[in-house]
Amino acid sequence: MLNRKKRRIPEGAPFTDEEFDVVCSGCKSVHKRSELLKTGYICPDCGRYVRVPARDRIRMIADSGSFYELDRGITSVDFLDFPGYGEKLEKAKKQTGERSAVVTGVMRVLGIPCAVFAMDSRFVMASMGSAVGEKITRLFEYAEEMRLPVFGVTCSGGARMQEGAVSLMQMAKCSGAVRRHSDAGLLYVALLTDPTTGGMTASIAMEGDITLAEPHALVGFAGRRVVEQTTGTALPDDFQTSEFLLDHGFVDAVVVRSDLRDTLGRILRLHVGGGD
Amino acid sequence: MSTLTPYERLKTVRSPARPNGEKYVRALFSDCVELCGDRRFAEDPAIVSGIGYIDGIAVTYIAVDRGEDIEARMKKHFGCPMPEGYRKALRLMKQAEKFRRPVVCLVDTMGAFCGADGEERGQGQAIAENLFEMMGLKTPIVSVIIGEGGSGGALALAAADRVYMLENAVYSVISPDGCASILWRDAGRAHDAAECLHITAEDMVKLGIAEGVVSEHGGDFDLLCGELQKTVARELRALSKLPTEKLLAARYARFRRIGVYEEGGDR
Ligand SMILES: [Zn+2]
Repeated sequence: MLNRKKRRIPEGAPFTDEEFDVVCSGCKSVHKRSELLKTGYICPDCGRYVRVPARDRIRMIADSGSFYELDRGITSVDFLDFPGYGEKLEKAKKQTGERSAVVTGVMRVLGIPCAVFAMDSRFVMASMGSAVGEKITRLFEYAEEMRLPVFGVTCSGGARMQEGAVSLMQMAKCSGAVRRHSDAGLLYVALLTDPTTGGMTASIAMEGDITLAEPHALVGFAGRRVVEQTTGTALPDDFQTSEFLLDHGFVDAVVVRSDLRDTLGRILRLHVGGGD
Repeated sequence: MSTLTPYERLKTVRSPARPNGEKYVRALFSDCVELCGDRRFAEDPAIVSGIGYIDGIAVTYIAVDRGEDIEARMKKHFGCPMPEGYRKALRLMKQAEKFRRPVVCLVDTMGAFCGADGEERGQGQAIAENLFEMMGLKTPIVSVIIGEGGSGGALALAAADRVYMLENAVYSVISPDGCASILWRDAGRAHDAAECLHITAEDMVKLGIAEGVVSEHGGDFDLLCGELQKTVARELRALSKLPTEKLLAARYARFRRIGVYEEGGDR
């Protein structure tokens, strides 16, 4: 790869500032987006981490004005004619202004170019349908082509049952793209956020070279209730949290939100020139 | 072709009368040497694996096994593998790669085991690692869904170059019972959910998830295994002719094209 000329990444565009309401996943209080952007999406009422809409997540990490979005036009369709799915998609699109549960693109962090994806839990629980699978796959392919690292923010209810086994296959499809990017010697940093479960945990969330997690995020494979039924005993409070995963050796570090940009920047800088 | 409804097929493949994975192993492979353990934590009897011949071709076989009697079934968690089961499978796949032996997986599971111990030992991570490694494994992989293909726990043994379905086998992102509970808060409507989810062998071929369907010959196990053996061996011979780079590119392309979405003009 020594002779391949590095291609320039596109110029970024500023984020829009339209106002909308965000519900705290901890205490259910409602806050204005502008207010939460100021606190870093930490709830002014209960102090817990509020689930961050994908675009704001990127905004909080990227250098100002550096984010350029890719594949915005890709959207889910109800190809199996699944009960209620069509309406669910329409509602999600209207409520979030997004066309799928993931936003992808390229950004700079502390000046270093990086491909990025962020899942949006407001969109059908950020479940992994064909649109999500295609966008993430394209992002890793783009990053491989441009020789960029990937930073991925996961949160997901798992596979999207309304797309049947096609949804399941997105796990293998994305894993294939991650693998090719990895084989090219490139870095993938995953950040697990609340909640990362099911097929997401069983694929791209756990395939990073470096796996970070947000404090107290729910991260697991099976649902807590199913595990309780299977095991027949009550589970500890911290079961399937980031801290639990750190204890059991499944994440590299639990990083508080205020440190995230610096931590990611430091990791990226340590890999500059690597893989080339 | 099966005349059963999707839900009847699910009940058929879940029936204790249905041959278990190990029985298929004995019928399909000869001169077998069973290989155990993940070398990290434990041996998971829900996966029966080893080396042997299929129609004269040396292969690594990996089969999910539900167990024949109730005692075996308890030990095998009714065919729901633990993380160590997936790690054993991965160990044997890497070994197969080293010796340039193709891999044959026989899948029959409701899904990965959902206990607290499985979570503690990284059930999700184990499946993810299998997917990641299988997408780059430098030897042919053929997977057959012989009964139930239950979500990620099945896919972790089916990120393959070719996937075949037995006639009554099903492949699903979620169990129809679970889907009905979520959709209608009524697990009793699993029959309807099974229709909505499109889980049959024919559905898989239509959706590009499986290459073909193998007849069960009206329940004649010997005839079934004869046909399955021929099908798998034929595919292995064809795949073995491909240079590694082409094999891997084709495996990636196979999954790359699965997905239905729309692409609008706005970017
Ligand atoms: Zn709150």
